[in-house]
Amino acid sequence: MIPITTASRVDGRLKVTGGARYAAEFAPAQDNVLHAVLVQSTIAAGRVASIDTARAKQVPGVVAIMTHENAPRIDLGKAGDMTPGFPLLQDDRVMFNGQHLAVAIATSFEAAQQAAQLVELHYNRDEATLLMSDNPTGTSVPQRFRNGMRPPASTRGTPQASFDAAAVKIDQIYRTPIEHHNPMEPHATLAEWQGDRLLVHNASQSVFGNRKALAGFFGLPEDNVRIVSPFVGGGFGSKGVSWPHITLAAMAAKLVGQPVKLVLTRRQMFTSNGYRPKTVQHVRLGADRDGRLTAVLHDGISQNSAYGEFSEPVGLASEMLYSCPNVAVTHRLSKVNQGLPTFMRAPGEASGVYALESAMDELAWALGMDPIELRLKNYADRDEHEDKPFSSKTLRACYEQGAAAFDWKRRVAQPRSMRDGRLLIGLGMATATYPVNRSEAAAKVRLQADGTAIVRCGSQDIGTGTYTVMAQLVGEHLGLPLDRVRAELGDTALPQAPVSGGSQSVASISPAIREACLAVRAQTLQLAAGDPASPLHGLDPEELDVADGRILQSAEKSRGETYQALLARQGRAAIEADGSAKPGEEKQKFSMHSFGAQFVEVAVDPDLGEVRVRRHVGAFAAGRIMNAKTGRSQMIGGIVFGMGMALTEATEVDPRSGRVTNATMADYLVPVHLDVPEIEVIMVAEQDDAVNPLGAKGIGELPTVGTAAAIANAVYHATGQRIRDLPIRPDKLIDGLSI
Amino acid sequence: MTIRNFTRREFLRDTAATGGAAAIAGSGGKAWAVPAAADPPVPTQHRVTIRLNGTERALQLDPRTSLLDALREQLYLTGTKKGCDMGACGACTVLLDGKRVNACLVLAARLDGREVKTIEGLADGDQLHPLQAAFIEHDGFQCGYCTPGQIMSAAGLLNEGRPLDEHSIREWMSGNICRCGAYPNIVSAIRQASGRA
Ligand code: FES
Ligand code: FES
Repeated sequence: MIPITTASRVDGRLKVTGGARYAAEFAPAQDNVLHAVLVQSTIAAGRVASIDTARAKQVPGVVAIMTHENAPRIDLGKAGDMTPGFPLLQDDRVMFNGQHLAVAIATSFEAAQQAAQLVELHYNRDEATLLMSDNPTGTSVPQRFRNGMRPPASTRGTPQASFDAAAVKIDQIYRTPIEHHNPMEPHATLAEWQGDRLLVHNASQSVFGNRKALAGFFGLPEDNVRIVSPFVGGGFGSKGVSWPHITLAAMAAKLVGQPVKLVLTRRQMFTSNGYRPKTVQHVRLGADRDGRLTAVLHDGISQNSAYGEFSEPVGLASEMLYSCPNVAVTHRLSKVNQGLPTFMRAPGEASGVYALESAMDELAWALGMDPIELRLKNYADRDEHEDKPFSSKTLRACYEQGAAAFDWKRRVAQPRSMRDGRLLIGLGMATATYPVNRSEAAAKVRLQADGTAIVRCGSQDIGTGTYTVMAQLVGEHLGLPLDRVRAELGDTALPQAPVSGGSQSVASISPAIREACLAVRAQTLQLAAGDPASPLHGLDPEELDVADGRILQSAEKSRGETYQALLARQGRAAIEADGSAKPGEEKQKFSMHSFGAQFVEVAVDPDLGEVRVRRHVGAFAAGRIMNAKTGRSQMIGGIVFGMGMALTEATEVDPRSGRVTNATMADYLVPVHLDVPEIEVIMVAEQDDAVNPLGAKGIGELPTVGTAAAIANAVYHATGQRIRDLPIRPDKLIDGLSI
Repeated sequence: MTIRNFTRREFLRDTAATGGAAAIAGSGGKAWAVPAAADPPVPTQHRVTIRLNGTERALQLDPRTSLLDALREQLYLTGTKKGCDMGACGACTVLLDGKRVNACLVLAARLDGREVKTIEGLADGDQLHPLQAAFIEHDGFQCGYCTPGQIMSAAGLLNEGRPLDEHSIREWMSGNICRCGAYPNIVSAIRQASGRA
């Protein structure tokens, strides 16, 4: 038998046969679904003067054109702090190019598309700020930084004075562009009203978040709204909050009195569901000649929309990653007429650690020191920002094991000194870090008379292996093979679980599932021990165990019976129990983070400036890994995500219109097969008994962090050119290479 | 039989009779609107019969309907995925007369008498195709949304009879994007299956 912790995904068969159904692939029972297509603004600021829908309405099959003039009114006050309250067709304001202004609803997708083209919009334009400057002025302090949970700035010691007095200084500005999540599955919503009840199939990272938002907007009790999302074709943060198109689909269904399906086009996904905002980050490091940090200053500005607030927390890692008595971090916002930014895989850390770890590399060069040695010299044994011990930190081993696997010592320190034929070779490294998150969750486990079990938890599986981990936990605790466990998730009819974001799913739901399993198991053992017809009758439940679908005596494993036998005799259809779990005091006592080290080899073409990653080694310590197979995949995926960030990804905005000019998969370049080399992932052993009962820290985001810096550092080593402005495309390197 | 590549010109010609040029996908609004003279057209329905996963299927189609939308919206064969609807991601890859095509770029009304194979038709009953089994074994996916396209593309690739090493698999699979970044595992899966197939 394969050890359970390397089991293949339990939903694998559905995914390889086309049987896994995503939001747009459900059909209402009556097969009367209408198709909705969004119409979006072509100006960045102003008001809608008039909308002419006459020609659109003549398209055969068109049922309605919904605009702010005829859209159902909704309550903008109760949808929750995290829900964008705009643009929802409640007024005539235009705040960005690509904003939803109308919805064409028709009996076929083709007719809805055609009608959407024929909606004529007339505007009164206002002045707009279309782009965030590379050197922003007039910035503002976030009002609700980290949802109001943290101050947007922090200081310890005397950062400015210590920096001024430092023997060695780095003082640089780093920039990261707008990036889009681009999950392969377009956002999709199928909304169906049944009286005053609303059923929504939605591509979602948070079914309960969607439920709260829709109940709030429509003034319904939460129980009247059901969100279903069994499969999600990737999210990376973009399906976390309840974006307006979800509500618009429900409004459209209400308007026409029929189920409505609304699927965003790829182009619309560049203006409808958030993005990683552009950042401009000023990083200053001061050190003594031995390489000990004496000052760390990190001032971040991130792009914000004209109507809501999202702040990219770029400086949080700088507060705690290294030991340094003098640290200052600030976050500010630059407001432009574009859509609202949002969380994108490792929000804050991905951009911020790129800047910090590039600066650390620059400092290593300035000192003539090995980059790993510099990091070890400033290793933080406790979190000096929060002034707490780490629940666990195994970063030293990440550096060691990563460096060994990568053969870091072959690196010749001098830039431009390593070659492979005509190609310039560079080796670079960087640190990765990501906080450990956890929220309250509940679950239900049901052991059935046929010897199978069902585990129910309203979490989501966005490719993260949640189904598999849920089934594994039940398999482990009830002694069942995985093919006898069915996991159900992605439905608000199930016990409540948090958003699949912040790498928290496993840490949040596993303790709840475990608790439910233990309760079922205890009931079952009790039942067996108390049943005169059971071969285990009279034994203390303490002496019993479960394995291979049987209840047995621990000391005498042949003595026992199957679940089926017990439940049949007892006349029970099932044994069922609930579990719930929430974070305890651990966050007050400990600073909880996972850590890692990224190592990259690049080859740079000296004539073309093209950078190819040739090899990547990532060593990560993230507590217990629930499934080594799916965990490895997730880590590789996180690294690939970082490669795109480093080398190719940037959303371009037309400076005259504020329109995204590369809103296609052909123009917004994510890594493809040929861009991705051999990636080696090392799961560094780490035991953490404090973070949560399972000791799992979360792995979804950590491997994205540090990847861009490691690549930028390798590019510097290869070429002698420091690129402080992502992505590192050939045009940024080519001039400097010819010298 | 050779693959027909449908150009934008052919698309416009085919749909011009119904004035359907406005149906080319794009975001709404004035910038994309057709000239004011064109009245909303009444599309003619086309009847075609295709051989789909080994079975003859008669279809009545709006001439603008892509093969992808015909599969997903009319036949409820939702295993073929829509990632971009413009030929840039490979999520919609199917085999047309044995060769891989992006179903979003093929007009369904032009497929009379042609043979289409989708992910639903790849396994032999309960017996998974070696590629499908290898994808599970090597964990060649995470969210699974690009997966049917990856597998059908790989099936097409194996039919093409090219020598396949790791590099050439990467090269020939580069039209299939996986945002989850499952690439190394996909390549391992294809390597394994190509040895067996
Ligand atoms: S959906 Fe056809 S290539 Fe993307
Ligand atoms: S598995 Fe998610 S896009 Fe490939």
